[in-house]
Amino acid sequence: MNLHEIWGEIFNFADYGALLSLVRNSLIAGAVLGLVGGLAGTFVIMRDLPFAVHGISELSFAGAAAALLLGTSVAGGSIAGALVAAGLIGVLGAKARDRGSVIGVLMPFGLGLGVLFLALYKGRAANKFGILTGQIVAVDTPRLSWLLATSAVVLVCLAVMWRPLSFASLDPDVAAARGVPVRALSAVFMLVLGLAVAVSVQIVGALLVLALICTPAAAAVRVTASPVLMPLLSASLATVSVVGGILLSIGSSIPISPYVTTISFLLYGVCRAAGAVRTRRGWTARRPDTVPT
Amino acid sequence: MIALHDAALSYGERTLWRGLTLHVAAGEFLVVLGSNGSGKTSLLKVLLGLQRLSAGTVTVNGRRPRRGSDLVGYVPQHKSVPPHTPLRARDLVRMGIDGHRWGPWRPQGETRRRVEDVLGDVGAAQFADVPVELLSGGELQRVRIAQALATDPRILLCDEPLASLDAEHQQTVTELIARRRRTHNTAIVFVTHETANVLPHADRVLDLAAPHDSAALPA
Repeated sequence: MNLHEIWGEIFNFADYGALLSLVRNSLIAGAVLGLVGGLAGTFVIMRDLPFAVHGISELSFAGAAAALLLGTSVAGGSIAGALVAAGLIGVLGAKARDRGSVIGVLMPFGLGLGVLFLALYKGRAANKFGILTGQIVAVDTPRLSWLLATSAVVLVCLAVMWRPLSFASLDPDVAAARGVPVRALSAVFMLVLGLAVAVSVQIVGALLVLALICTPAAAAVRVTASPVLMPLLSASLATVSVVGGILLSIGSSIPISPYVTTISFLLYGVCRAAGAVRTRRGWTARRPDTVPT
Repeated sequence: MIALHDAALSYGERTLWRGLTLHVAAGEFLVVLGSNGSGKTSLLKVLLGLQRLSAGTVTVNGRRPRRGSDLVGYVPQHKSVPPHTPLRARDLVRMGIDGHRWGPWRPQGETRRRVEDVLGDVGAAQFADVPVELLSGGELQRVRIAQALATDPRILLCDEPLASLDAEHQQTVTELIARRRRTHNTAIVFVTHETANVLPHADRVLDLAAPHDSAALPA
């Protein structure tokens, strides 16, 4: 295979208009996922949870693989797996010190289970590969409804707990003194994060969820520290990554994930560069107009 | 403002302090000393309503302490903020006003003006828009004091606010708190190890170091 043929495999825009109408569901799903991933990612970055996201996605993969083997709903399986993982990490890893090792223990176990279920599964290979690396063609209308309903739950929960969760993430002691239920919020957020991971797994695949839930928020926080602009930017970057990834990938036979991860990585690079410029121009500059007492 | 009567606190077998009777009046500056583990922070937790006494009674502003009271401000120990936190100094102060409420951030002119005011009061206005993770230790403590003062409390509880600050910043932070007492007649409970800067401002000293019967001594 020469370079030209490889390029043709990666980018193929023949019959683009006809293909576009086929992926309408996926585009809707992608846009909603961008919103979910970008907003949930804000707290993943603040609370230093990227490793937890990866751990949850591996157990979500195991759940999806089990569902595939048993012939039940893959969406339901991935949500069940993600909630179990999020619950375990929330309970066993409540202290930040313990969390890393708890996730490190859970993750290979989940992956191992997933590999076992896939090895036993005798159906189409594309189904197997899809759970790990993402798929867009498989978003039929019932599955889209599932995805939208789960996403709606995540978005409503995030909206309700946004302020106290920010407070608890920054300064748990002070937040508790002000009456914020810090521990309950932390537990609920882990479950909400589990749901967000489960819906992302179904589009970008278990291995690459971080490109949706971590990278856009990590990029956004490089350019703004406004608590309002940062999540909006994060959600926009995530949406651009998923929708752009879908639009680039539909003509080819390659899974969607490399497109999404590459776009989100490039956006991160741009934001880092912009942040560096902002810092050099004096992000940290103190206004001279008032004199400290 | 604060009244403890024959109060005791134990965790299981271990008694941190007992027989503690203490009254703190408005405008009074009480310094709390004691070695690590003597129950200084626990005393503040009792006053914040986060910890219950094992025995005795406590009232704050004439009532049982409750979490989240606007009449009690709390300045925590200096701790660096987690990296990648999308919050500026002004947002941290705003959290002191409505950070505990449900829902997303909403723009509110009145809250914004209040934040500007307290930032000005502690001399933090010139770094109001700097991301919290880029603030120096001394700047961050100023902002935390502004946060604690944002609801205009009548009691200010300070849990080792000087730890890990250099001598100059220790002095500035102590001055800020002492000034608040003078200008607003706020009662101050100041837990610290750094006696040199703080004791000159103290009305009384409570030493919890003694393992048993603690007493408030005149400074």
